Amino acid sequence: MTPRIAADEARDILPASTPQERIRNFCIIAHIDHGKSTLADRMLQLTGVVDERAMRAQYLDRMDIERERGITVKSQAVRMPWQFDGTDYVLNMIDTPGHVDFTYEVSRSLAACEGAILLVDAAQGIEAQTLANLYLAMEHDLTIIPVLNKIDLPGAEPEKYAAEIGQLVGVDPDEVLRASGKTGQGVPDLLDHVVVTLPPPQGQEEAPCRAMIFDSVYDTYRGVVTYIRVFDGSLTSRERIDMMSTGAHHELQEIGVISPEPRPTQGIGPGEVGYLITGVKDVRQSKVGDTVTTSIRGAEEPLPGYSEPKPMVFSGLFPIDGSDYPVLRDALDKLKLNDAALNYEPETSTALGFGFRVGFLGLLHLEIIRARLEREFSLELIATAPSVVYQVKMEDGTEVEVMNPSDFPEGKVAEIREPMTKATILVPSEFIGAVMDLCQSKRGSLDGMDYLSEDRVELRYTLPLGEIVFDFFDQLKSRTKGYASLDYDVTGEQAADLVKVDMLLQGDPVDAFSAIVHREQAYHYGVEMAGKLKNLIPRQQFEVPIQAAIGSRIIARENIRAIRKDVLSKCYGGDISRKRKLLEKQKEGKKRMKNIGSVEVPQEAFITALSSDGGTDGKDGKKK
Amino acid sequence: MTRGLSVYVHVPFCAVRCGYCDFNTYTATELGGGGSQREYAANAMREMDLVQAADEAAGYPYDRVDTVFFGGGTPTLLPADDLVAMLDHLRGLIPLAADAEVTTEANPDSVTRASLSRLAAGGVTRVSFGMQSAVRSVLATLDRTHDPERVPQAVAWAREAGLDVSLDLIYGTPGETIADVEASVRAALDCGIDHMSAYSLIIEGNTAMARQLRRGELEEPDPDDMADKYELIEELATADGLSWYEVSNWARTEAQRCRHNLAYWRGRDWWGIGPGAHRHRDGLRAWNVKHPSRYARMLADDQLPVADSEQVSAQDRLVERIMLELRIADGLDVDTVPEAQQPSLAVHRDRGHLDAKALADGRAVLTRSGRLLADAVIRDLVP
Repeated sequence: MTPRIAADEARDILPASTPQERIRNFCIIAHIDHGKSTLADRMLQLTGVVDERAMRAQYLDRMDIERERGITVKSQAVRMPWQFDGTDYVLNMIDTPGHVDFTYEVSRSLAACEGAILLVDAAQGIEAQTLANLYLAMEHDLTIIPVLNKIDLPGAEPEKYAAEIGQLVGVDPDEVLRASGKTGQGVPDLLDHVVVTLPPPQGQEEAPCRAMIFDSVYDTYRGVVTYIRVFDGSLTSRERIDMMSTGAHHELQEIGVISPEPRPTQGIGPGEVGYLITGVKDVRQSKVGDTVTTSIRGAEEPLPGYSEPKPMVFSGLFPIDGSDYPVLRDALDKLKLNDAALNYEPETSTALGFGFRVGFLGLLHLEIIRARLEREFSLELIATAPSVVYQVKMEDGTEVEVMNPSDFPEGKVAEIREPMTKATILVPSEFIGAVMDLCQSKRGSLDGMDYLSEDRVELRYTLPLGEIVFDFFDQLKSRTKGYASLDYDVTGEQAADLVKVDMLLQGDPVDAFSAIVHREQAYHYGVEMAGKLKNLIPRQQFEVPIQAAIGSRIIARENIRAIRKDVLSKCYGGDISRKRKLLEKQKEGKKRMKNIGSVEVPQEAFITALSSDGGTDGKDGKKK
Repeated sequence: MTRGLSVYVHVPFCAVRCGYCDFNTYTATELGGGGSQREYAANAMREMDLVQAADEAAGYPYDRVDTVFFGGGTPTLLPADDLVAMLDHLRGLIPLAADAEVTTEANPDSVTRASLSRLAAGGVTRVSFGMQSAVRSVLATLDRTHDPERVPQAVAWAREAGLDVSLDLIYGTPGETIADVEASVRAALDCGIDHMSAYSLIIEGNTAMARQLRRGELEEPDPDDMADKYELIEELATADGLSWYEVSNWARTEAQRCRHNLAYWRGRDWWGIGPGAHRHRDGLRAWNVKHPSRYARMLADDQLPVADSEQVSAQDRLVERIMLELRIADGLDVDTVPEAQQPSLAVHRDRGHLDAKALADGRAVLTRSGRLLADAVIRDLVP
């Protein structure tokens, strides 16, 4: 396919001097495997920004982990020339993170656009996170272009899903576009639609500059690269800028647009999208949602919508090899440069040694960070069961914020408040009962239910976040054969009858296994954990009671019987060397044991006991 | 100072290979390269010559041989004359002590009244029969070919020839009941023996039995069941007047303990003659090539048939000492235990694994339950 115009021929759409009416800013809202990246690649190719030879599959997703998992965590923006009806236009495609944990980042990406392409797999229909992002886009008054993708697939049911989407967006089914990112079918038409349907930016050209940061990325060579959408005024190179949330001044080292690689320009004009580099080394100095203005004649009021990222889910990360602690610390310091939402502080566990209590936006964020620590820094880690933040009010009036079950205060508790979510679950109608049972058992209350099509249902629940991070995803997945998709948003808190359950080995609490659960589930948790530990901890030279306790009250108990035989019966002349070497090996193995009191617990016991409850698999609702 | 030596002669031949056996043994009578049963004695004697020369060259001349042990395999598959010839040859190199203990292992069905009497006349003083069990079904699982009723007969012949007798038992065979163990121990004791060994069956990964286990044809041995059986054996042996002197060995009197095996456990020097045999000389451990044909070829080239050797470091010699001496009834001098591990002595006394009275007297001696956990105790006491 030949592009309609070559980038360098488009003299009247040069950066910093493109009239706003020639600009269209859009993003693509899609579920992880619904073909967003392929479609984006096709657009880059059609607009001549990337030629066939240079085309790298899934160009926009830069991080390996993201590519592997089929998700985009960090968004970017590409400037594409497009000619329609004889006029040259600039289309800025802003990539959005596609996951539940990054709602705030998504909202900033959406805020940078005037419109959104709602991309839905013609064989699968809309998923919960896509729906959530669609609602978010509608709240931002974005113009929505609904598109069914993958219409070339044999399993595609465009009629069925066009009706579903049409109903959601409020258009006739025949207004839903049909395309195939893979073959390119329908893509030029889609780009034309972007020009025709989306409104151009309407910034005040002469006003003091206001640009919104919708992403910032740490680059080893350049420092932090900040992605911005200019709303009012313009930015020119070699200008001093201010970050309005902090008042920090920065010297602009470089400003430019991306097409598809960063290209320095004289500036960025109203309505345009680009990047800037100031030389700062930490993404915390360039916060998503913040407003950039010029130091001289700067704006008075920032753009609306800024907020600090707030960790909602906490987990202890401990190196399996205690001597890796400094490596873990350095690794977290490094990841933090690129992740404003990541925060952590040292934590010492009697069971697991030295590590960090790490706060995450959600479970996927946790899993991404953990995977990166393990892969990029060759760390082997144990992660404790994810926990949320509880507000604990004591009878003496003191209030404690508990992010770690080990920090749960002793004494009389007056009230415990827990974070609550609004959850949306999309599921084939045959699984409604199963999902309702699950939500019921997780203390959910039904807020509403709608049929998206005759066999797909949207269920809306209020659910405690603590239940969602526990094992909800795993359960949801297994009860719906993987067909359910889930989105949730933390919306508030409620008082609840929660208790801390401790697991005791020979009377000694094992901090890593403590959990804060609802009183009605405490017994279940205790019995299950005790049973699990009984199977995981090898028999010792003495009997080991395993107990679950609420305070001093024992609610469940198991026994590991003492081992009776640990002897090699034959040890003659030829056996001696072999036996000595075996002994050395066993001594080595002993060193890798953690001692809880006098009980030796293998690392694997912690890993297994913690991971099976972690529920860190499939929370993105991806179908397998 | 006089220096005594023990000599182990490994005879790597069996009539049948048992399903649980991972020893270096061969059932073929004809192996190439001079490795056959027929040529075995000549090869072993040739090796004795070479080892003696090597020891002398290294400054280790021995004054006497205190113990000899023909093990296997099945040494009695060789003609009694061959065993006697090897013993005679050894005598020619180093004098045999007047009270030397000369043991041969034997299968109950590989001896006759005549062969036992020939062995006794030739200098053998002790025979150790591989009885394993008195229960036919257990013997069948173990692939043992002898008729259990043959055992008392063989024991009687041996005693008639003036030999001391030991019976070897195996417990914990898949399918074996507690009653089976009791029947076996009683049958052994009823033979009027003064020495007994009992080993829990260890199913090594490379044996036919391990493959049966993996295929689910046999039941996995249960360690608690093994412990019950061990305790039963200990009770029956003690009631009969035997006492333990090593984790798996019982004798009626101190004089009837196997001195050859005690030499291993006390860190003495010994030769290991025959394919795959190990020897020890003052911290040097060496082991022979395993295959009889290769063994024979090396000897034919006047080479010591050694596969490899290691010089055990001072630290490892300490580990070995703790590991071996703790297994015997005389126990371990507590001063042998390194400073850092000393507190473990009291811990194991309190857990009932070490005898409190002996410990007060400066010796670490395992109790009955301690014997069953010997390896765990050893792990806590070695550096």
